[in-house]
Amino acid sequence: MPVNRYLTSMYTTELSKQPNVQPIGPAEDPERLAAFEARVAADEFIEPKDWMPEAYRRTLTRQISQHAHSEIVGMLPEGNWITRAPSLRRKAILLAKVQDEAGHGLYLYCAAETLGTSREEMIEALHSGKAKYSTIFNYPTLTWADIPAIGWLVDGAAIMNQVPLQRTSYGPYARAMVRVCKEESFHQRQGYEAMTSLANGTPEQKQMAQDAFNRWWWPSLMMFGPPDENSPNTAQSLRWRIKRETNDELRQKFVDITVPQAEFLGLTVPDPDLQWNEAKGGYDFGEIDWDEFYAVVRGEGPVARERITARREAWESNAWVREAAAAHEAKRRAKVAA
Amino acid sequence: MPSLPPIRPEDVAVAEKTRPHGAFDPPSDAHDPVRAGYLMRLGDDALILGQRLSEWCGHAPSVEVDLSLANVALDLIGQATLLLNEAGDADTLAFKRDVLDFRNCWLVEQPNGDFARTMVRQLLFSTWQHMLYQRLTASRDEALAGIAAKAVKEVAYHRELAAEWVIRLGDGTEESTKRTLDGLAWCWRFVPELFEVDAEVEAAVSAGIAVDPRDFEAEYRAEITRALGEAGLPVPDDQRPILGGRRGHHSEHLGHLLAIMQYLPRTYPDAKW
Ligand SMILES: [Fe+2]
Ligand SMILES: [Fe+2]
Ligand SMILES: [Fe+2]
Repeated sequence: MPVNRYLTSMYTTELSKQPNVQPIGPAEDPERLAAFEARVAADEFIEPKDWMPEAYRRTLTRQISQHAHSEIVGMLPEGNWITRAPSLRRKAILLAKVQDEAGHGLYLYCAAETLGTSREEMIEALHSGKAKYSTIFNYPTLTWADIPAIGWLVDGAAIMNQVPLQRTSYGPYARAMVRVCKEESFHQRQGYEAMTSLANGTPEQKQMAQDAFNRWWWPSLMMFGPPDENSPNTAQSLRWRIKRETNDELRQKFVDITVPQAEFLGLTVPDPDLQWNEAKGGYDFGEIDWDEFYAVVRGEGPVARERITARREAWESNAWVREAAAAHEAKRRAKVAA
Repeated sequence: MPSLPPIRPEDVAVAEKTRPHGAFDPPSDAHDPVRAGYLMRLGDDALILGQRLSEWCGHAPSVEVDLSLANVALDLIGQATLLLNEAGDADTLAFKRDVLDFRNCWLVEQPNGDFARTMVRQLLFSTWQHMLYQRLTASRDEALAGIAAKAVKEVAYHRELAAEWVIRLGDGTEESTKRTLDGLAWCWRFVPELFEVDAEVEAAVSAGIAVDPRDFEAEYRAEITRALGEAGLPVPDDQRPILGGRRGHHSEHLGHLLAIMQYLPRTYPDAKW
């Protein structure tokens, strides 16, 4: 059974270029498989107790857990500015946003657990480097302007890719996405509003805004994943109702919506090849640096080590807390039983 | 016109709620230094502890704990904003004062330490803040009474969260018991400051604005004793009280906290964010 390695590129990029053929296990009954495919084709939700092909389960587990990891790792670049937010209002908004991202991570881990993998296993996979997370979070947040830029561009790109997932075939994932998308669009508007303050601000603030835009523009376009010619299994993904539009289609949509927003702020898109194309009714834009993209996917992003080290340290240095909670719970149960 | 994100009513509601007064608005009761000073004590306690808790963000023992710490921090920053806006302009007060002008107690500015110390600090503070706010709902100062009425529900949750963790950690493993005892030993000397009554508090009590914390000191001691008992921990011996925060005489830690928190408004004094 072919499985798209780039099912949804957003938050789930993987480098592996293995042949996309995963044979159905001998135990898989062709009749059940046909019934499953028919339900998916009819836009029915597949629920945890339903039978599903192993490849579907594996693919979804990987996709959802990587999305969860992205939410959690994504707290780090933004958390970097909570203690330095420039006003109490901005501090409260950023705290609330990062709190939402932790919530997204939780729903997604729960959704992935319904497929039979424990959260501990997923976290182990993240810490060992086996599981990936979105490339975007491997770039540093250098100035305050990076916080509005992330809200506007990164949450904006996330929405574009995740809205179709509200109708993905796996019920728990689709339902998690409904809530997540609502909050992401709130984040995007707040990011744009904060960017407006900078763009209308002092010369230093304007410069900060332009510099952040320059640094986050291309990585945001990379969030949509490799070009369609390197992402060959769109047909299968469409059939499984996991993908509705291709990487390039979504990327084009994002550019078309975002460029006028940047112009409205007086920001210059850092792309000399950007040009309105009347015939296609969209922008032509320059070539993405795919070598950079693949390097970051391999774990060579500028602050990839910092991110994974921070996650590992949080987990390992606080292991005693989780052990204490478990020990207390065991004692409490023993007391109740006695 | 580009397709700008539409602004929804709830965004505006959030913005209105969190928008500070303009920097040049007259403080609402600038002529009443007793009131302003008391509000600043309460506001600074909330602000500094909220700032400390937000240092945990992304580094907590689990995603659930990360969520709850951010939640407590957010509540405290919200309370600080309301209280400091009654004392003057919240942003100016938060970002433009130096250590000598901060009125918070020593307990809240203590570094987080490990998770046990953070939770002990929270239990000691939130238990006090809860009892105080309960009584402040009857303050003659309507604005303060309103803020206390809203905050008391939030603080009840903070206290419960901290008590649950102190019980878990106190009871859990040998290591967690030891760490909780260490946290308690670290924080215990700052408890008497919570019940200190100086001339300023006396004046605010006489004006009907403030509550005399000694009214609930016995209740506080009993509640902490109960929580520690449930955690299987002894109540520490009294230590020499460390005082001075209310007069601007703080630990070495506060200056570093302020250097981080205030860096942007101080670097770009003309900027609006
Ligand atoms: Fe999110
Ligand atoms: Fe997301
Ligand atoms: Fe978000």
